[in-house]
Amino acid sequence: MAGATPRMAVEIAGIRMRNPVMVASGTFGYGVEFADVLDLGRLGAIVVKGIRIEPWAGNRAPRMVETPCGLVNAIGLQNPGAEGFIRDYLPFLRTQGVPVIVNVWGRTIEEYKRVATRFDGVEGVSGLELNISCPNIKEGGIAFGTDPKMAGRVIAAARKVTKLPLIPKLSPNAPDIARMARAAEDSGADAISLINTIPAMVINVETRRPELANVVGGLSGPAIHPVAVRLVWEAARAVKIPVIGMGGIAEARDAIELMIAGASAVAVGTANFTNPHTAPRVIDGIKDYLLRHRMRGVKQLVGSLGR
Amino acid sequence: MQPRKQTPRLVRARVREHKALRGDYRFLALEFQAIGSLAQPGQFVHLRAPQLAARVLRRPFSIYSAKGNRLGILYKTVGQGTRALAEVAVGERVDVMGPLGRGFPTDRTGIVPVLVAGGYGVAPLSFLAGRLRVRGVVFVGGASARDVVLCVEDFRKLGWEVRTATEDGSRGIKGLITAPLDAWARKNRSQPLEFFACGPDGLLEAVGRLAAKGRWKAWLSLDKHMGCGLGACLACVQKVRDASGKETWARVCRDGPVFEAAEIVW
Ligand SMILES: Cc1cc2nc3c(=O)[nH]c(=O)nc-3n(C[C@H](O)[C@H](O)[C@H](O)COP(=O)(O)OP(=O)(O)OC[C@H]3O[C@@H](n4cnc5c(N)ncnc54)[C@H](O)[C@@H]3O)c2cc1C
Ligand SMILES: Cc1cc2nc3c(=O)[nH]c(=O)nc-3n(C[C@H](O)[C@H](O)[C@H](O)COP(=O)(O)O)c2cc1C
Ligand code: FES
Repeated sequence: MAGATPRMAVEIAGIRMRNPVMVASGTFGYGVEFADVLDLGRLGAIVVKGIRIEPWAGNRAPRMVETPCGLVNAIGLQNPGAEGFIRDYLPFLRTQGVPVIVNVWGRTIEEYKRVATRFDGVEGVSGLELNISCPNIKEGGIAFGTDPKMAGRVIAAARKVTKLPLIPKLSPNAPDIARMARAAEDSGADAISLINTIPAMVINVETRRPELANVVGGLSGPAIHPVAVRLVWEAARAVKIPVIGMGGIAEARDAIELMIAGASAVAVGTANFTNPHTAPRVIDGIKDYLLRHRMRGVKQLVGSLGR
Repeated sequence: MQPRKQTPRLVRARVREHKALRGDYRFLALEFQAIGSLAQPGQFVHLRAPQLAARVLRRPFSIYSAKGNRLGILYKTVGQGTRALAEVAVGERVDVMGPLGRGFPTDRTGIVPVLVAGGYGVAPLSFLAGRLRVRGVVFVGGASARDVVLCVEDFRKLGWEVRTATEDGSRGIKGLITAPLDAWARKNRSQPLEFFACGPDGLLEAVGRLAAKGRWKAWLSLDKHMGCGLGACLACVQKVRDASGKETWARVCRDGPVFEAAEIVW
């Protein structure tokens, strides 16, 4: 079919991306690990594994168990801390020609403030994704993600200390995702991302013991995709800021579905494990789709749900 | 951290040979460009069987043989993934990523190598047996005769002395392989032994203890459940002691799967 090449580039929260397909935090390390088998320059953006101001050891092993159409993980946010990341990983990422979004977290509002302060003005960092929704740490993380007031306080605190685009990452556990999304917008968020993993648990029936050392973890992968579609749709209707959609993207159609529901960009997570080439395939598939549907660009797709 | 010098590849490899061996074991040969010069014993490949659509993770397998463009895997069917893999026919393609991880040192000289295998642990050790510069003794243990006879002929042909033990006594000495291994090591106390082991954690820990007693080195290949296989997800971690003596997590998929026993904190 003849037609102009559809426009793939997007701008989210002031971050220019060559296409709307990013890779999700915690499923792509710090980029360098995947550079072996993938040209990072093809990606829309890289969201790195969650960083705290100080290093964090994470949970005991086993940390991951496969389930039908997904997996449950309880890595526990192991990371080298802000200084370790800036020293050991950022120099390589700066050379890749792809926007880097740093996923950050803390156990207290004070820790969120410190880590956001540290990254303000750091060369090679395009934005901060505020993880207020990880189910794997016990010290209050989840409370930030389920209570709009608490979430608002975390976001407002980070807003005060950094000029970087702020992208709070919402929990699928929030009782009312629209309210949560509005709280984020009102507190100074430039975009929101969702969904994080869904709290889950797997028992080995032979031993009658939990499969994960942490007992509970977070479910991800195709199993959660329809949940993500519903939450992205509800959140996108509630706010004006862009929504980054994720949850169970395994192929282009899943990404397209999230965009129709209202996501301006998407992120591939668990599918990076299944096949490290998933993200470029999704990019190609979106382009094919736009051509096939005679659309000028991804913008036309976003929020195009019919009735 | 920088990318590795010798990078793994992600390819759709054609199946050249696929057959049942004894017990639940199978042999799979894949066409993989230049694997013979790329692969080190102890490295593994991360494999996805096309029949496994509803599963999101790949499966790690040690490299059993690597010659020219032929990659061999020796595997045991234990669950969904390996049973799906067993259905793959010659001529079909399998999605494979590798070689991955850090393998055994192969350039050791002036040592008496002692290989210790439990179950499918024979696979990487058989590859190693052909690549080490010196020959020594192989101890193979398993539940029954079906588990231990797999590579015995391979080892013998390569010039290794083989000793076996089975838990049910159907082959070799009855009991765990660690008993004859301990006895043999005691007799050869004054020798410059060096251990290379792959098998269940219990076996690896025992080999590590034995090596520590004689102040020998032991290279242990660990088996952990994996996510990415590339060092990104931190699912496969093992507690280790770093050079300064501090305890940290190592990634079995990238920093290992082979570690020197003294590094490991059990
Ligand atoms: C470095 C390394 C090398 C290996 N080499 C060999 C080999 O040469 N031959 C061989 O037969 N097996 C080998 N294994 C074990 C092999 O990976 C598992 O038997 C296989 O993953 C089981 O998959 P399944 O779907 O049949 O089992 P399931 O039990 O259905 O698998 C469920 C999940 O658990 C994981 N899993 C289950 N058992 C193991 C295990 N023992 N180790 C790691 N992950 C596991 C699977 O990958 C999967 O994610 C190796 C494992 C590692 C880590
Ligand atoms: C192993 C693993 C680690 C993760 N680590 C983080 C993390 O550090 N911070 C975070 O905000 N989300 C983390 N996530 C959540 C993902 O970024 C993503 O939101 C979720 O997995 C849903 O997408 P998916 O179904 O495509 O994987 C992690 C997910 C997985 C599977
Ligand atoms: S399997 Fe992902 S870090 Fe080892």
